[in-house]
Amino acid sequence: MSAEGVAVNDVSPIASASQDYRASVGRRVLILVGLAVAVLISFAVDLATGPYNYPVTDVIATLFSPENADTKMRVILWEIRMPVALMALTVGASLSVAGAQMQTILANPLASPFTLGISAAAGFGAALALVFGVALVPFVSAFVIPLNAFVMAMLAAGVIYFFSRMRGVTVETIVLLGIALVFTFNALQALLQYLASEQALSAVVFWTMGSLVKATWTKVAVTAAVLAATVPLFIRQAWSLTALRLGDAKAESLGVNVKRLRLTTLILVSLLAAIPVSFVGSIGFIGLVGPHIARMLVGEDQRFFMPASILCGALLLSATSVLSKLLIPGAILPIGVATALVGVPFFFSLIFSSRRRNSW
Amino acid sequence: MVSLTLEGVGTRYGRKQVLADVTTPTITAGTMTAVIGPNAAGKSSLFRRIAGMASGPGEVHIEGVPSGEQALAYLPQDTNATAVLTVFESVVLAAKQGRSLKVSEEELRDIDSLLAALRITELASRYLSELSGGQRQLVGIAQSLIRRPHILLMDEPTSALDLHRQMEVLGLVRSLADERQMIVMIALHDLNHALGYCDHALVIANGRMHRFGSCNDTIDQHLLREVYRVDGHVELNSLNRPQVVLNAPIY
Repeated sequence: MSAEGVAVNDVSPIASASQDYRASVGRRVLILVGLAVAVLISFAVDLATGPYNYPVTDVIATLFSPENADTKMRVILWEIRMPVALMALTVGASLSVAGAQMQTILANPLASPFTLGISAAAGFGAALALVFGVALVPFVSAFVIPLNAFVMAMLAAGVIYFFSRMRGVTVETIVLLGIALVFTFNALQALLQYLASEQALSAVVFWTMGSLVKATWTKVAVTAAVLAATVPLFIRQAWSLTALRLGDAKAESLGVNVKRLRLTTLILVSLLAAIPVSFVGSIGFIGLVGPHIARMLVGEDQRFFMPASILCGALLLSATSVLSKLLIPGAILPIGVATALVGVPFFFSLIFSSRRRNSW
Repeated sequence: MVSLTLEGVGTRYGRKQVLADVTTPTITAGTMTAVIGPNAAGKSSLFRRIAGMASGPGEVHIEGVPSGEQALAYLPQDTNATAVLTVFESVVLAAKQGRSLKVSEEELRDIDSLLAALRITELASRYLSELSGGQRQLVGIAQSLIRRPHILLMDEPTSALDLHRQMEVLGLVRSLADERQMIVMIALHDLNHALGYCDHALVIANGRMHRFGSCNDTIDQHLLREVYRVDGHVELNSLNRPQVVLNAPIY
C-alpha cells in the first residue's frame, strides 16, 4: 500500500506554537529579574534591621560611599551585619539548588538535603570534630569541620544513591530510607552530646538549631566559592538534567549518560549541602521549598529552573533572616527555627493557590 | 547512503542473555522494517542493543552517516512523565540535547513545522502530565524525529493511538522514510500495519531471530501458527491488499 503521508512542511494555519514558547521564555526571564530585584531589596532590608534599625536609604548610601558615612554605622554594616546578610544569601542559594538537583536526579518531590538525612549526616560529621577533634580527612588541619561535614554528607548521599539504583526501589522507599538516615544521625549526634564536655555541648547544640550570627567573611567566601564552582557545572548539564525528568529510558535514548550524570550531580549536591551545614548548622526548610516555589514559577527547564531555585533560596533565607530579628524585639531567633515558622504557612498558601498542573 | 547490518547480535542484562543471534542482510536507506513477535520476545532488547544502551555479543554495523549528523534515534515505549514541561519545551529539549543553551529561530521553526505535520500544534502549550497516552506517544515521536536521525528505532509507537491516528502516524513515518531516506525499524503488534507500511519483517520469538524477509513472504499462516499460536491466514482483501484474517488461538 502506498501510504498517503503528511508532508513535513505542511504548516497549519493555527498561530505557530513557537510564539507561545517565545512568550513563555520572555515571561520567565521577567520572573527571574523580579526575583533578583526582590533578593536585593531583602538584602538591603536585612542590613538595615537589627537592634538599631537604619533607614534603607542610609544603608544604600553607606554601601556605595562608605567614606562619607558615620563610622559607627559603617562598622556595624560592614563588619557585623554584612557577613550575616551575605551568609543568608549564599546558604539559601546553596541549599535550594542542592535540593533542586536532588529532586531532579532522584525523581522525587520530597528529596532535599534535610529530608534525606544529608544535613543530619553533615551535622554529625561537624560534631565529631567539635566533640572529639576527629578529622575524617587526615593531614588537613584547616577546615576540619566543613571537611568532616562533607565526608559524612557524601556517605549519606552514597547510601541513598546505592539504594535508589537497586531494582524494585520506589520513590517512597527512598524517602523512608532518608527518614531512617535522619534518625540514625540524630541519634549518633545525641550520643555525642551525651558524651561531650559542657563547652563542646553548647557548640553542638548551636548546630541543631541553625544560626547565621556566627558568620564571618571567611565562611561567606568559602560558601560562595563552592556555589560559584558547582553552579557552572550544573549549567553545562542543563539539557541533560532536564531530560532526566522525562525518565531514565527517554533520557538515555536522547544520549544522556544517566549513571554518570546522577553520580557527578550527587557529589556536587553533597558539597553544596555540607558546607552551609558545617558553618550555620541545620536549616531544614529551604532545600525542600526553594525548588518547589521555583518550579511553580518557571517550570523545569533547567536553564530557568536552576537560577530560579538559587534566587528563591536566597530570597527565602534572607527574608527569614529579617523576620528572625523582628519576631521577638531585641532578640535574634535561630534561623532554623524561623525558616519553618515563616516558610510553612507561605508554602501552604502557594500549594493551594497554584494550579496542580505546574507543580509536581 | 546509510545502511544498517546486524551480525549475530544479542543482548545481555547482567549475566542474563535475553536475546541472541539476530542477523540481517544489509538494510538500506529509505526502508521500513517491522520488528514483530509475541510479548516479551526481545523486541525492546534488540532496539536497546542497536541504540548502544545495552551490551551483548555480535556486531551492529552502521555505515554512510555523514560526520556531525545524528546516526540514530530510539523512541522507547511510552512512559508517564511527571516533569513540569510543556510539549513544546520537551521537543526543544530533545532537539538541543548535547548542544548550546540558546535556541535559535531556525530550531523553533523546525519544531513548529514538525508539530504541524504531526497535527499536534494545539498541544504545544500543554503540560506533559496533562496528556493522554496517545498524545504522549505523538510527542515522543516528535522528540525522536526532531533530531533528524538517519536510523529511527520505534518501540510500539502506535499502541495507544486510535485508528485514525495510527494510520496518520504510520503514513507520516513512511513518507519521512521515503523523503529523508531514513531507515526505520518499528515494533508493531498489528500485522496488518506491518503489511501496509513496511518493506521487511524481522520476526523475534523466544529471545531469538525467527525470520527476516519481505513482509509479504514472511507474514503468513505458518508465522501465525508457529510464532503467535493463532490459527489464521493472509488473503487479498477487496482493496486488493494482503490482509491477515484471524480465526482462533491455538492451545
